[in-house]
Amino acid sequence: MSSLEAWFVARARRRLAMTRECRLLLPRVCAALADPRQPGSDDTCLEKLLDWFGDLSEAEPTLKLVQDNPCVPELITSVLALPEPSPSILSFTLRLAGLLAASENCFQHLQQEKLLVRLFGKDGPLNSAMWEDASVRSGWVEGVRRMMHHQPALHFLCSGGGIDVIFTLQGDPSLFVASAASRLLVHMLTFSVESEMTKPLSAKDCDWPVCAQMIIKHIEDSLQSSSVSRIKQSLKLLTSLFGSCRAPWTEVLWLGVAKQVESFLTEESVQAQHMLADLLLNMARSPVFCDTEGSFWALVTSALEHLTPVQAGPLAVGILRLHECPQDVRIQALTVLLQPMDCILRAASQPLEYAGLLDESVTDPATVESLLSSKSSCAGLLCQTLGHLEELLSLIRLPVDLPYTSLLRSLMTILQFCNGLLIPASPLGSKISQILIGCFRVQRSALDVLAVLSERKGCDTPVESLFDILLAYLESPNTSHTVLKKSFQATSKWLVCLPEMSCFNSQWQTKKILQDVFLVLQKRLCSPSWEVRDSSLEFLTILIKGLRDQDEFRQTLLSSEVPRLTEDLLEDPESYVRASAVTAAGHLTFITCFASESPVIGNQYNKENTVEKLQEILSTDPESFPRRAAISIFTRWLRQSHTGLLQNTEQFVSRAIQIAESDLDWEVRLGGLELVEVFFVQTLCRLGRPKCPYAPFSPEFTSSVRQNESLQIFCRVKLFGFLFCSLCDCDRPVGQKACDILLALRSSFYPSNALKDFHETEDLPAEHGVAWLQRTLRQGSLAQNILTGSGNEVDFQDPESMLLALGTINLEELHDDLNKSSDHVEKSPQSLLQDILATVGTVEENEADCY
Amino acid sequence: MKLYCLSGHPTLPCNVLKFKSTTIMLDCGLDMTSTLNFLPLPLVQSPRLSKLPGWVLKDGSTFLDKELKECSGHVFVDSVPEFCLPETELLDLSTVDVILISNYHCMMALPYITEYTGFTGTVYATEPTVQIGRLLMEELVNSIERVPKAQSASMWKNKEVQRLLPAPLKDAVEVSMWRKCYTMPEVNAALSKIQMVGYSQKIELFGAVQVTPLSSGYALGSSNWIIQSHYEKVSYVSGSSLLTTHPQPMDQASLKNSDVLILTGLTQIPTANPDGMVGEFCSNLAMTVRNGGNVLVPCYPSGVIYDLLECLYQYIDSAGLSNVPFYFISPVANSSLEFSQIFAEWLCHNKQTKVYLPEPPFPHAELIQTNKLKHYPSIHGDFSNDFKQPCVVFTGHPSLRFGDVVHFMELWGKSSLNTVIFTEPDFSYLDALAPYQPLAMKCVYCPIDTRLNFIQVSKLLKEVQPLHVVCPEQYTQPPPTQSHRTDLMIDCQPPPMSYRRAEVLTLPYKRRYEKIEIMPELADSLVPLEIKPGISLATVSAVLHTKDNKHVLQLPPKPPQPPASKKRKRVSDDVPECKPLKPLLSGSIPVDQFVQTLEKHGFSDVKVEDTAKGHIVLLQEAETLIQIEEDSTHIICDNDEPLRVKLRDLVLKFLQKF
Repeated sequence: MSSLEAWFVARARRRLAMTRECRLLLPRVCAALADPRQPGSDDTCLEKLLDWFGDLSEAEPTLKLVQDNPCVPELITSVLALPEPSPSILSFTLRLAGLLAASENCFQHLQQEKLLVRLFGKDGPLNSAMWEDASVRSGWVEGVRRMMHHQPALHFLCSGGGIDVIFTLQGDPSLFVASAASRLLVHMLTFSVESEMTKPLSAKDCDWPVCAQMIIKHIEDSLQSSSVSRIKQSLKLLTSLFGSCRAPWTEVLWLGVAKQVESFLTEESVQAQHMLADLLLNMARSPVFCDTEGSFWALVTSALEHLTPVQAGPLAVGILRLHECPQDVRIQALTVLLQPMDCILRAASQPLEYAGLLDESVTDPATVESLLSSKSSCAGLLCQTLGHLEELLSLIRLPVDLPYTSLLRSLMTILQFCNGLLIPASPLGSKISQILIGCFRVQRSALDVLAVLSERKGCDTPVESLFDILLAYLESPNTSHTVLKKSFQATSKWLVCLPEMSCFNSQWQTKKILQDVFLVLQKRLCSPSWEVRDSSLEFLTILIKGLRDQDEFRQTLLSSEVPRLTEDLLEDPESYVRASAVTAAGHLTFITCFASESPVIGNQYNKENTVEKLQEILSTDPESFPRRAAISIFTRWLRQSHTGLLQNTEQFVSRAIQIAESDLDWEVRLGGLELVEVFFVQTLCRLGRPKCPYAPFSPEFTSSVRQNESLQIFCRVKLFGFLFCSLCDCDRPVGQKACDILLALRSSFYPSNALKDFHETEDLPAEHGVAWLQRTLRQGSLAQNILTGSGNEVDFQDPESMLLALGTINLEELHDDLNKSSDHVEKSPQSLLQDILATVGTVEENEADCY
Repeated sequence: MKLYCLSGHPTLPCNVLKFKSTTIMLDCGLDMTSTLNFLPLPLVQSPRLSKLPGWVLKDGSTFLDKELKECSGHVFVDSVPEFCLPETELLDLSTVDVILISNYHCMMALPYITEYTGFTGTVYATEPTVQIGRLLMEELVNSIERVPKAQSASMWKNKEVQRLLPAPLKDAVEVSMWRKCYTMPEVNAALSKIQMVGYSQKIELFGAVQVTPLSSGYALGSSNWIIQSHYEKVSYVSGSSLLTTHPQPMDQASLKNSDVLILTGLTQIPTANPDGMVGEFCSNLAMTVRNGGNVLVPCYPSGVIYDLLECLYQYIDSAGLSNVPFYFISPVANSSLEFSQIFAEWLCHNKQTKVYLPEPPFPHAELIQTNKLKHYPSIHGDFSNDFKQPCVVFTGHPSLRFGDVVHFMELWGKSSLNTVIFTEPDFSYLDALAPYQPLAMKCVYCPIDTRLNFIQVSKLLKEVQPLHVVCPEQYTQPPPTQSHRTDLMIDCQPPPMSYRRAEVLTLPYKRRYEKIEIMPELADSLVPLEIKPGISLATVSAVLHTKDNKHVLQLPPKPPQPPASKKRKRVSDDVPECKPLKPLLSGSIPVDQFVQTLEKHGFSDVKVEDTAKGHIVLLQEAETLIQIEEDSTHIICDNDEPLRVKLRDLVLKFLQKF
């Protein structure tokens, strides 16, 4: 251990070690917990207590902890002595004992006291009525898991018959217990093999350690048994094992059960096919199996063939995400995944019109056809397939090539089926169409995939038909508002990437599409449903963000009614809509400002008007969402150097700060600070500071003239008052942000060595009220003191005072204080112990009351 | 059980059900689409309409130019609009006992039936149906009568002439049956024959059947009807809705276990979701008004307009339309708005609870109070003083052939700033607009039809599980314009029976039982004999007394006393004489044992043949045949009565008598 590491460890130990106060409180707490007269303790307290013991055992040797605090083993003894302990206390005791027994010498100590046998052995809770309670069983399993860190514990369990209990608990009615038991077996198996094996295993020579052998035999027996539930338990265990352990010995284990597992693929009576998909997927991810040339991938191939499309889907998509996988298996997985999409395409088209998606199919196409033509399975299968496709297409690096254009056609077909626009050419098509008409679930999934597909467009993309379909969705009054939102998302994605498509560069067509879109948008902005108005405004914002540099877009937008309607919606009765309108109107100004320079379009939108309107919203809107939107738009304007809009930036920022600092919503105040941050960085840059905050200052900037200029600007816009007051804000994020900005400001005005001198003197200059400021900040009551005006207060608009304050006040200390969570006192172990005792105290008081 | 189908219009039905000696007319809807063939009736002299050229035949003949006018390639009849009546020839309508009305739209032909056919029965309808139905009729009569037309065209109806006309006049059906509108006295006379009923009220018809109206959820007071006897139940579902709008929700549970369910009045626009259409309506309205245009909404004076006003009430502030006036113009506008507020018991739960607050159930009251909504009986008078533009006008008639709407079409049609929004689904908007072409104003089609769609029907039928479904033929195939939409038809098992105009259906349900009461004294005298566990039989000798379709078994009259004098005939002689009863037989004949018995009795040449229904026992020598079947036994022998009697006695030995 390096000296630095050692220092860290020592510091952590110091931090975690038991304080004197706790040491004094602990015996009373233990006595209270073991007292059957006490009401059942709060489970959360017990959990926290257990966590604390966990921390303690990390800080010092557990044996020492037990010996120094005899009350802890006494607690265990007392609980064991109770005729009917409460299930929660018993469960706690089991877990505590397991935690303590995790250390080998403490394990021996507890063994000597016979505590572990009495807790985890046959005579313990295991055979009492308490076992009926799931929390006791859960405590037992967790206790065992916690102690399972050394071989004596392993042998204790295996020789004492405990392992059979775990086997039984795999089928526990409580899913938590069953799952914990399964995880415990995986842990024991891994631990047993890895700690007890002396030589590497091979298929021919597999001499498993005792415990591992018991578990493996149990797995094998279960797989061969006729009990479906036992088979499923073992498959689950294997899945979990291969998911967590990637050691070579897992292959040896697999070879022993492979044949049996394979047989379940075709075994109708077991109905474990869906579990096989999970198992195979976990194996495929393990380096142990992915290299295998032969049998494993053959099994995967067979699974893809034999599982139903619904079962095979997750396996196929999992395989397609793998980077190491034989190409033929990958193609097969892709075929399985795309089969429903292929079927849709074929069902909708005339024979020979489209070749479909696939050259050949892995499974019988009739299976997919029958699933798609059944009312109960059609939407489910399509949604699953579409969900998988979205998942795949969202990957940045896709290890396989998808037939994007055919996929797009298939998606378009689904969307047309769903709104009844497609006249199907086959009986299967009519059936599917009948099922899908008006199916929102499928519409939403298809639109999601369509949106991600926009990033993978090819040259033969049927753009016009695609927009015809999207427009039909946007226009139709039957489109539900959730589907409409998705339609907007897909449309915006495709519209934004339209200019990049070299194959589609017809200006006329783009203009036509945009005109149609704005016509629909215009209607949707007038919708009586606020959700629709809101989604429409969001859509508009996205379009402006993505396309504001495109001439056609700007011209079409400005010649439509959309900007005027957006402005009207700033007065919408619904606050969400107003907020979205603020954002949209804010973005719109980027275009209307440009438009004023363009002779083509007469600019009817008065930019000052918009600024005033948004300032009015920021100061008067009764709801916080529009105000938050307004301040964040202001920041965006400033950040994007929207100087055309903000002729007098100083005045604009000053006004915004004044409104934001008195806002009741902390997010608005935080937004105000963000605005301040952008402003100060920009001001300094303007005055010669490099853009990168870490770059060395140019001598030009450090000259006092420049410094003075910037300080004066900051004082004029009343930036310091806002920042210092925010340090004492009742909402911590505001204080933290203000502190961060002040620290950044300070670093701009003081070289780090100059600061050192200040801090070392410790002696605060009395003039300019800086001492007062420091004191008041420590008390966290700046705002009140400014209001009362004690006479000593600092002048926030005086550059000299502010420069002094920046250099003098210990901002680091404030920063650390602000970073402590507000409940750091309440979270301490001492507070926890006191809480537990307080509950007891009430009982004692009550006792005193009744004679 | 027969069904006479008098109307081919699926949402304006008129059917007659003959069931257990009663003749029940189910609705009497009036098909007004015929009016689309006529020129509009302008309230103010319209130079454009009056200058339309007369129609000239291809050969140059001009004899029709007074009756037919041409406008933008379409030919219209220049006459008072006429309506297509339900069939009156299919059966004698004077024999109709009762008429059941399901909603106010389906009673518009009532005066034609009650006043022209010799009808003497009773009409049953709920109170809102009657009151709002009266308003619709009043508006209709008023709209037509206030524009008197000097001429009445009839020449074009001549079959030979009609053949020469362009479509759609050429293809118009039953033009000889088309009639002018009825008059107010006829309306009053017809309405006086209505007896008002409440939901779930049971009405006995001649003791034979019971009819009950159930809430159908479509309009104020709209009903479905249950027509049932002791053993049969027919449900008549017409114009129902499962959407939450203003009326009481539909009562589905009471439709369960029907033997026959007659299903009419489904949505006319199955592809348009009403919610989406309302959104579309509002958006288009707002866009037009914001651009300084006016909005015209041709509508009926009651129904969807209440929901539209409620929707606008919530919407106008958000859309910045608070200062735009809304006008509702109809001779019955005031009554319609006020009636809607007083029918609390017929409203949905939400609106009912408002009445107890007390608040008006519909928010249009507030719109009127705040002067945002103003209503006028017509465009003349106060309206012309108050009229401000841009504005929104709701007025009738949706066919655009009569009513105040004609004036607004003429007034606003020329400007592309204005919009006409069609919300009523009864008329094709393209046909309605035809005589106004060329038209600059924008047209938006937002049909709002809240009646059941095919998905809802399919769920309903699964839920109520009728044995048989009967419906108009239009519902058994996809719409003609969308033949691939196989989802737009009724899909149920067994497939529905369909009907078309002028068709008589024999409903597949056979009546098998009739309820008969047994008088207590007679019941006392019965001696049941258990023939199977749980089944006892007794012979009954009684007199069946039938009156008012109720059947009662009474004790037979005592045997007549020997007449004191043979000269005088007594009244009681009319009572049928009770002959001594032969015992009834039951049981089956075990063939083997029967053959053995025959052999014991000296028949040596017995031969048994199995047949499909039983056995034939052949006595070859005696040339006799005994045919034993499940429910009959025949002894066939040639003129040998002693042999027959002997054989009969042998057969009887195996059977029980009682």
